[in-house]
Amino acid sequence: MPDFNVLLAGIPAELTRLVLALIGLMAFIGLNGLALVWVERKVAGHVQRRPGPFEVGPFGLIQPIVDAVKLVGKQLATPAGADKFLFWLAPLLAFLPIFLLFIPIPFSENLVGLNTNLGLLLILAFAGLNVLALCLAGWGQNNKWGLLGAGRAVAQSVAYEIPLLLAVLAVSFQTGSLDLAAITAKQGPWPWQWNILVQPLAFFLYFICAVAETNRAPFDLPEAESELTAGFHTEYSGMGFGLFFLAEYANMIVVCSVATVLFLGGWQGPIEPGWWWFLIKMYALLLVIIWFRWTYPRVRFDQLLNLNWKWLLPLSMVNLLATAFVVKLFA
Amino acid sequence: MISQTFKEAVTAVWSMVVGLKVTGKNFMLPQITVHYPRQVVTNLDTFRGHIDLVVKDDDPFKPKCILCGQCENNCPSGCITIESVTREIPAAPAPETAPPGPEGEAKPAPKPKKVKELTRFLLDYNLCSLCGLCVQNCPVDSLRFSRDVYLAGYSRGEFEFDLMETLQKRGKK
Repeated sequence: MPDFNVLLAGIPAELTRLVLALIGLMAFIGLNGLALVWVERKVAGHVQRRPGPFEVGPFGLIQPIVDAVKLVGKQLATPAGADKFLFWLAPLLAFLPIFLLFIPIPFSENLVGLNTNLGLLLILAFAGLNVLALCLAGWGQNNKWGLLGAGRAVAQSVAYEIPLLLAVLAVSFQTGSLDLAAITAKQGPWPWQWNILVQPLAFFLYFICAVAETNRAPFDLPEAESELTAGFHTEYSGMGFGLFFLAEYANMIVVCSVATVLFLGGWQGPIEPGWWWFLIKMYALLLVIIWFRWTYPRVRFDQLLNLNWKWLLPLSMVNLLATAFVVKLFA
Repeated sequence: MISQTFKEAVTAVWSMVVGLKVTGKNFMLPQITVHYPRQVVTNLDTFRGHIDLVVKDDDPFKPKCILCGQCENNCPSGCITIESVTREIPAAPAPETAPPGPEGEAKPAPKPKKVKELTRFLLDYNLCSLCGLCVQNCPVDSLRFSRDVYLAGYSRGEFEFDLMETLQKRGKK
């Protein structure tokens, strides 16, 4: 067995950690994409009193792998009149920044890609790239559905980012930190020591905005199948579509992870704290998002924006001001 | 005014919780679909296949049809055509043992009975919209929907049926 200390002698430890984190995250995102597709379809099935996928493998477990193989095997067609460069840049731009979003998330005390005191800022900054990808996709494909979907995506993301930021900021004010590890550490293992008890309104607002930011039903207007065929990814075939799909699920995982860290105590948990508590809480939130999708009908566009500008934004503003007031007075 | 708005918002949020309860409950309940090739639906009472003739209780070769033509007239798609012949059945001769009339005159020979008989019941299933008006309007319940869920064919001609012919075939079986 080679001596790793000798092999890695010239490489900074931080770089090794980052590379290992990236490789781990690739596996994590890929596997979660497959698992969540299966869970999504199973939940959809059972909510509608159907079995969901059950033909391929036991309980249909192999189904997402078969689907992925099909997607990989398909031809990548570029529509006539499309801007080829932007068209193929978009799915990459949707997918690649995902890794940046995962890097500062503390899955457990030591299981974190990059320990930085600005983790939250990093996530919020790069989460905005997704909407640019959707915009380019819609513009580049020379398709009216795509363009309409992209327009909606931009309006929606810009609108919902504000209350989302304000809700997150309230927690930041309260703990006095943008460091996800520090925010986790300030919460205790038991549910009544979590931030959700102090900031229930912020959690509520954050969760609604998170669903909207990830373009999930009932806020899935950018892809609105019934009106826009598939919205911004109408013209994408094979893995072009696959990357958007994977990015959507990865974004869901990110917003749920951030919610877990900010409001549900992260990896802290009763008896034995560790990454399992983090994953349990994260998957519970993911299940709720999936549950939402199969419960609520899609909102109309004016309803979507009304909800944001007339309710979420003022509420999050009030919440933030109240938090600042209380922190200033008592902390 | 403001309290009204907030009341409405709370009601709206509560309605979302109710919605989650509905889907959550259905999630827990057992499935109601059937794994088709391994299981089949047994209750086909409400299935509407193409229309079919109903035979008389005592004769498997004769439909109950009285040739009133209601089905043909009522069909909005005009997919039913009835063909019939009129046959004369000589009346039974008067029994010889009957006592002659008081005037000794012979009775007039009874008229032969005219009977209409269905020869062909043509159904162009390509045009049929399965509205069921023929089945509803048949005064003697001579029409019903068939239950063949596997009916399939490669050409239009395969969906032009003569229901009398199929009835005869079925009777021979």
